[in-house]
Amino acid sequence: MLKLIFSRFLQGLLTLFVLVTLTFFLVHAMPGSPYTEEKALPEHIVAEKKKAMGLDKPLPVQYAIYISNLVLKQDLGPMIKKEGVQVSEIIAESFPVSLALGLASMGIALLVGIPAGVIAAVRKNTPVDFSCLAFAMVGICLPSFVIGPLLAVGAGLSFQSLNVAGWSSPTDWMLPALTLGMINAAYLARLSRGGMLDVLNQDYIRTAKAKGVPGSRIIIRHALKGGLIPAVAFIGPAFAAMISGSFVIETIFQIPGMGQHFVNAATDREFFLIQGLVLFYGFLIVAANLLADLAQIALNPRMR
Amino acid sequence: MQRLPLILSACLLLVSCQKETQVDKATREGILLMGNSADPKSLDLQVVSGVIESNIMRALFEGLVQLHPTEDLGAPPGAALEITPDGTSTVWTVKLRPEAKWSDGKPVTAEDFRFSYERMLTPSFGAKYAEMLYFMEGAEDFNKGKSADFSTVGIKVTDPHGFVLTLRGPTPYFLEVIKHYTWYPVPKHQVLKFGKIDMVGNPWSRAENLVGNGPYRIKSYRRNDHIEVERNPQYWDAGNFPLNGIRFLPVSNTFTESRMFRDGQLHVTNTAPPEVVDLMKRVDPGSLRQEPYLGTILYRYNTKVKPLDDVRVRRALSLAIDRKALCKSVFRGFEPAYGMTPPMGDYQPPRGVSLDPETAKKLLAEAGFPGGKGFPRLKILIAAKESNAALATAIQAMWREHLGVEVEIQSKEWTAYMVAMQEEDYEIMGGGWIGDYIDPLTFLEMWTAGNGNNRTGWESEPFGAKLKESFQVTDPTKRNRLLQEAEEILLADSPMTPISWWGKNYLLHPSVKGWEPLLLDNHPFTHIRLVPQPPKR
Repeated sequence: MLKLIFSRFLQGLLTLFVLVTLTFFLVHAMPGSPYTEEKALPEHIVAEKKKAMGLDKPLPVQYAIYISNLVLKQDLGPMIKKEGVQVSEIIAESFPVSLALGLASMGIALLVGIPAGVIAAVRKNTPVDFSCLAFAMVGICLPSFVIGPLLAVGAGLSFQSLNVAGWSSPTDWMLPALTLGMINAAYLARLSRGGMLDVLNQDYIRTAKAKGVPGSRIIIRHALKGGLIPAVAFIGPAFAAMISGSFVIETIFQIPGMGQHFVNAATDREFFLIQGLVLFYGFLIVAANLLADLAQIALNPRMR
Repeated sequence: MQRLPLILSACLLLVSCQKETQVDKATREGILLMGNSADPKSLDLQVVSGVIESNIMRALFEGLVQLHPTEDLGAPPGAALEITPDGTSTVWTVKLRPEAKWSDGKPVTAEDFRFSYERMLTPSFGAKYAEMLYFMEGAEDFNKGKSADFSTVGIKVTDPHGFVLTLRGPTPYFLEVIKHYTWYPVPKHQVLKFGKIDMVGNPWSRAENLVGNGPYRIKSYRRNDHIEVERNPQYWDAGNFPLNGIRFLPVSNTFTESRMFRDGQLHVTNTAPPEVVDLMKRVDPGSLRQEPYLGTILYRYNTKVKPLDDVRVRRALSLAIDRKALCKSVFRGFEPAYGMTPPMGDYQPPRGVSLDPETAKKLLAEAGFPGGKGFPRLKILIAAKESNAALATAIQAMWREHLGVEVEIQSKEWTAYMVAMQEEDYEIMGGGWIGDYIDPLTFLEMWTAGNGNNRTGWESEPFGAKLKESFQVTDPTKRNRLLQEAEEILLADSPMTPISWWGKNYLLHPSVKGWEPLLLDNHPFTHIRLVPQPPKR
């Protein structure tokens, strides 16, 4: 067990290193620079700006400086256009917002998705199953930029105390969390339905039934553990994605989270911010996958 | 389980009960809720270069003159009591308001202004908008490192509250220029407290350290969420204006912004997309504002590329565009442009372009492409955005219909698009230009040879000569005539074609009073009042 964790940890470190290196060279391969503006900046100003940020040095030198700052000082570097602000500040300010929203969405996804999937599996080929499947299909097919505005207009404009957008009143998390949560609930419902169906056809379930174990007990005590394995594998990375924010949700609901920075940093050519975000997101994914692996081991004795 | 419907309906009742909206509450408290598109890049006015930042700067700082609430060219006294030009409008003597203070209580002095301009022009500081100060004699040389001595720049402090500006030539429109925030002062004592004059990223401009001389000061700032400003008690005119504060909301999604407006979360939006314009015309026409804005939407031709190097081809393409139809169907507003410079003050641009398919066909035939035959498949480059694509598609269809010419549309991500423009790696491209101050020069100077914003490969000696001549003229009528002649040359040669004057579509709550149409859309906050509206039935 410890050996597995240790080897996964080393794999994770290697992944992050490759990720940072690839990102570094990819962002610098994009056309333009942070100083490409609609109103052309005078060349001597661009030269001064690049010098101040160290962007005038050859790329391998910039890479060496970046990696050494990262490893030795845990320094993610400065913002290029927002002079005087550090990348770490941007992440520290925006991540808690995305985390809160991600947790709420995850809660909704789990509370809706898993029971829906389980019920659908138990009531296979009944109207209940079909409606769960239909719900899941709609959730998977409709993108968040359709569900989000529909919810905003439908609920936000109808109920005075629900805002269509913003992140200041105590109810502001509801609509975005519902949007993000429902989409993931749809995936979870399909995965847990499939997993449960597999398990419910197993011999040991038949044995339990033959022994006269009541239905609810079979499902909760015996089937659920194995049936949720596909869903758990999905939850790991999905959770990392949810708590790192979503550009679409954040712009639709005007939320100061981390997701918008992924897109804006790329269009703004904020090199250090892109690298910092990718690294942070990579770390979340690696950690979430590790946790998902551990959870799967706990659920599945054969993996031990 | 049977109680569930009861609980649910109670919840619904709770959330749906009539409560005053955020706008109602803010109106009562005298706080303007303003959509401002994005988070500012900085609060240091010498670092930034955007429109969204300028809105915040106008609240926190004050320039030598103020903005007029209704007249584009009005300039009531601000930080300066008097600004007097000499006979040639080249030397301007400034007398500061002696009672003016920074928000930390220190006096605003002439030295603050001198220091500000020195900082802005110091090459190693790298101010993006340093060019705006090139009006001062010697400023360009100092900024470009040709002179290291700031005393060669045309500003001399005469006493603690007086200084003299010497400009590079007659500038009768100088009062318009100094309305721009690049001419506002920064507090010398506060800037130097946190770093040297040329320190990049000086923390003096962080919200907690910021000191200004404007009517408002920072109350709270949360990045990407809001900036709220409150009355600055040290302001010289504190207490003599109605608005208690402003909350700037960086809403980048224009549809979200419109929804927030309709939900009572905003007094005024930054913009309204065409679809919302259509909707508001039906449901709430009183809140929709459609006003001219100091800008021009235009298409550039790369004059280095065949067959666009032939002026007849460029003219033909320009004459085959139906600008009226574009304004009506694509922009849902705006006015068709017939010149590069929007009409402003006493300046009327020459009528250079209009729809004339017959002449267009003739010109194209003369250039060797009768009926569009043999015309190469050129590409229109646009920045990836729905509205740009709609405009390009319409123009594509017009050229097909009137000239028999087929073009392709190529869309690029914003920065890649700008790189293509700067490297002149395009054939035809969509774009626009927004003026910095109200004078035709800000629309014409960019087309001179070698100017970083020309990007068409076009250069014209007579055009440059006319502009140069205008720099020496002080008589406004004569100057305007020279600029008109220059613009005629530009339009006849057509390195670009104007499409429409820029317009601004936005939503304004009826409780906001004193917010009148202004070409630069810079509304002096001290003239705005909020008046509660009777509840709608």
